[in-house]
Parts: sequence; C-alpha cells; structure tokens
Amino acid sequence: MSIRHGLLALLESGPRYGSQLRTEFESRTGATWPLNVGQVYTTLNRLERDGMVVQDGEDDAGHALYVITDAGREELRNWFRSPVDRRSPPRDELAIKLAMAVGAPGIDIRDVIQSQRHHTVQAMQDYTRLKAQATDVSPDNRDDVAWLLVLEQLIFQTEAEARWLDHCEARLVRLSLMNTQKEKQRRKEQEGAADAAGDGTDGQIRPADPAPTGEKPSPASRVGLGRSRSR
Amino acid sequence: MPDQAPHPVLQLKDLTRVHGSGATEVHALRGINLDVFPGELVAVMGPSGSGKSTLLTIAGGLDTPTSGQVIVENTDLTTADRKQIAALRRRSIGYVFQDYNLIPALTAAENVALPRELDGTSARKARTEAVAALREMDLDSLADRFPDEMSGGQQQRVAIARALVGDRRLVLADEPTGALDSETGESVLALLRSRCDAGAAGVLVTHEPRFAAWADRVVFLRDGAVVDQTLRSQADSLLTGQAAER
Repeated sequence: MSIRHGLLALLESGPRYGSQLRTEFESRTGATWPLNVGQVYTTLNRLERDGMVVQDGEDDAGHALYVITDAGREELRNWFRSPVDRRSPPRDELAIKLAMAVGAPGIDIRDVIQSQRHHTVQAMQDYTRLKAQATDVSPDNRDDVAWLLVLEQLIFQTEAEARWLDHCEARLVRLSLMNTQKEKQRRKEQEGAADAAGDGTDGQIRPADPAPTGEKPSPASRVGLGRSRSR
Repeated sequence: MPDQAPHPVLQLKDLTRVHGSGATEVHALRGINLDVFPGELVAVMGPSGSGKSTLLTIAGGLDTPTSGQVIVENTDLTTADRKQIAALRRRSIGYVFQDYNLIPALTAAENVALPRELDGTSARKARTEAVAALREMDLDSLADRFPDEMSGGQQQRVAIARALVGDRRLVLADEPTGALDSETGESVLALLRSRCDAGAAGVLVTHEPRFAAWADRVVFLRDGAVVDQTLRSQADSLLTGQAAER
C-alpha cells in the first residue's frame, strides 16, 4: 500500500505537520489502514531524501512542517495517471490454503470453503452495516465521500471472494459428478466385456466391486470430496 | 436484533419436502428449523437446487411440506384449512417476486391497495392506506403511475410496499434484485432493510452475497439442509483490529 503517495496527495493541498498527515490519512480512509506516527515520519524522511518534500520551519514543539516539491508533484501526477499493477498479485493466503486443501488427508475441502464463506459473508454484513450508516454523506465532505468509496471497495472485494468460493464449490461438485459418471461408464464397459466373453453365465457372476486394483485414486477422493458425508 | 424475547413471526419446524416418489424421489428440504423474529431480516443462500426457493414457497403457504410445521403469527399453515391460509396470505404474509408481479392495469397505489380491498377494507380506506404506505417509503410520487411507466427498481419498491401494507409483518422475497442492476438492487435492499428495522420480519432468498450482507442473519442451505449460519457481529471496531496486521 502506498503511504508514500497518500502523503504526497495530502501535501498537495498545503503544508502539513506529520501528525496532521496521519490524522488526515486516516479520516480519508476511515482508519481502514491505520498508520502509526513512526511510519509517517519514516516515509517523510524518505520523501525528503528523494527530493519530493522539503521541511519548512517548525512549530513550538519542534515538529517539522513539510511542503511538497515540484518533483513530488510530478511523482504524484504519475501515480494518479498509472494503473495499479495487478499482474504480479501479492500472495493470497486463501488461494494457497485451498490449493493445499486439495487432496490433503483428513480435510474436507468443502468444510474449508464453508468456514471461509461464513467469515467472508459476516465481514460483508459488517461492512454493509457501516455503509448503511455512511450513505447520508454530504457530497461536499471529502472525507465522507472517500470513506464511502473505501467501504464499498471492501464490500466488493469480499463479494468477489464469496462468489469465488461458491464457484470453487460448484466446480468441485461438478468434478466429482464427472468422476462418478466415468466410474459408471467404466463399470458398464467391464460388464459389457464380461458379457461379450459369453461364458454362459449371462454376466451374472459379477464382482460386487469391480476391483480397482492399482488404479489411481479418483479425482473425487483426490479433491477430498468423498460422498460419504453428505448423502 | 430484538432485546426481549418476542414471539417469532415465522417458525419452520422440522420441515421436509419430498418431490416425486420411488426412484425419482427428490428431497428438496430435509428437516429445516428456522425462526424469524420481528425486526429481523434473514437471508437464505445456497447453490441452485439447495432448496431455498422451496423453503420460501412453503413459508408463504404457496406449497405444502411433506412433514413438519409452518407457523405464521401463531397459525400453523399445515393444519389450517384453505380459507384460513388464504386469509393469512392476505393479512400476514407479503411476497415479493423477482419479476415484481404488479398488475399492469392498476396504478402503483391501486396495486398496493388491492390486498386490503380483497380483505374487505373499503376502497377509499384501502387507497388512503396505500398512499400512506407509499409515502412512508418515499414512493408517493409514483402513486398514480402504471407499472409500465416505472423503472424496474421503482416497481420492485412498490411491490415491497404492497407486500407490507396493512398490518402484515412478514415479507418473503425471492431473488427480488435478480432483474435489477447493482445500484438499483441495492436501493431495493435498503428499503427492505428499513422495513425490517421498522418491525417487519423478512426472509430474503438470494444468491448474491452483496445483497445477503444486508441481513441480520445469513442461513446457508446445501442439499435441503441448513449447513451453517452467520450472525452480524456486534463489533463496530472491525476495521481497526485485523487491518493493522496486514
């Protein structure tokens, strides 16, 4: 997350002290990503080193007042102009967890999905409630409008996750159905072969279970979608 | 959420519904228990075929369960006779459908007044009630419009007004946002939410998590059974705690 550019954006409206920047950053984003004062000063020091801001005097307590430079303005404009890169996504713990749950012994991946869905939908309920409280914002209040945008981003993000989880579950169910059908097909073929052998038994001697010796485990059992539990 | 323990407006007890028989038997619902209290909006989610629409049609008296009880405002729909059920549907239960189902030849106010008139209220009184209901939902400007003169979102809001006119306290909504764009859908949900905040009990069937999130409680169905449910957490500080860890 770019604290750096966030601070530059706030400084563009005028000189600020570090503590002021922290307060404004949080009120603009509804304290969704809280900053500590240390982070603010570390970032300001780097910005100063890179020539994006300069100090312009101090208050009585010795706090420096920061001012954006032309280089800082240029950097800020570039930031607004260029898209946020989505092609090198950060590691996603949930995606990693589901990938690991495929075939993990003793783990029903549907339980993993449901426990996440529970959490995600609950988070959405909470965000939605905050949003319901935030909708009578005045369009002139920058902080209110910004907070509403941030909240809605959280709602859309959790929604995407909930839908993705639904999709994962549907996908797994479909894969397991496909597998059941394949199994049936194979049994039929085996029976057909036995009938064609024409040994006079009319296919009546059938193994109770068409011994799957040395077969690969079925996709259903590989994805942890055994049918034992739900039906 | 209600503080004192009020009586549920809707109770489903050990509800089962089996379609067909023998080899083609389908268990649409397998032992559902659900109470919905005044002031509460409950969302029912689940993949298609999980039984969510069946649950709603049974709760609304449009279908009968194979076993179990459906109790609406203290009347058991499974033992009531047809006349009683019809009366209950006029007086206690409002139904909102995906495709609005307003009567095209009637204005918004007439649509809202209709269930009251059918229930024996005089036309004039029914009209007054309807206009009041529309005003309460900020829809009074639509009172004299016909359905084809309204947008989808407006029609659906009128349908909610119709579902809750009179003393009716139970609104059952089956994918009410299905035909609407995202923002209009949201305004419909906001209205449903505000009606529940004002004391109605609502059951919303949806496959859209963003709309389900308006509910106090989200019930997840799978293969005709409740597998899980969420409660809205009480914490307002949810945005400070975990966010700092990221």
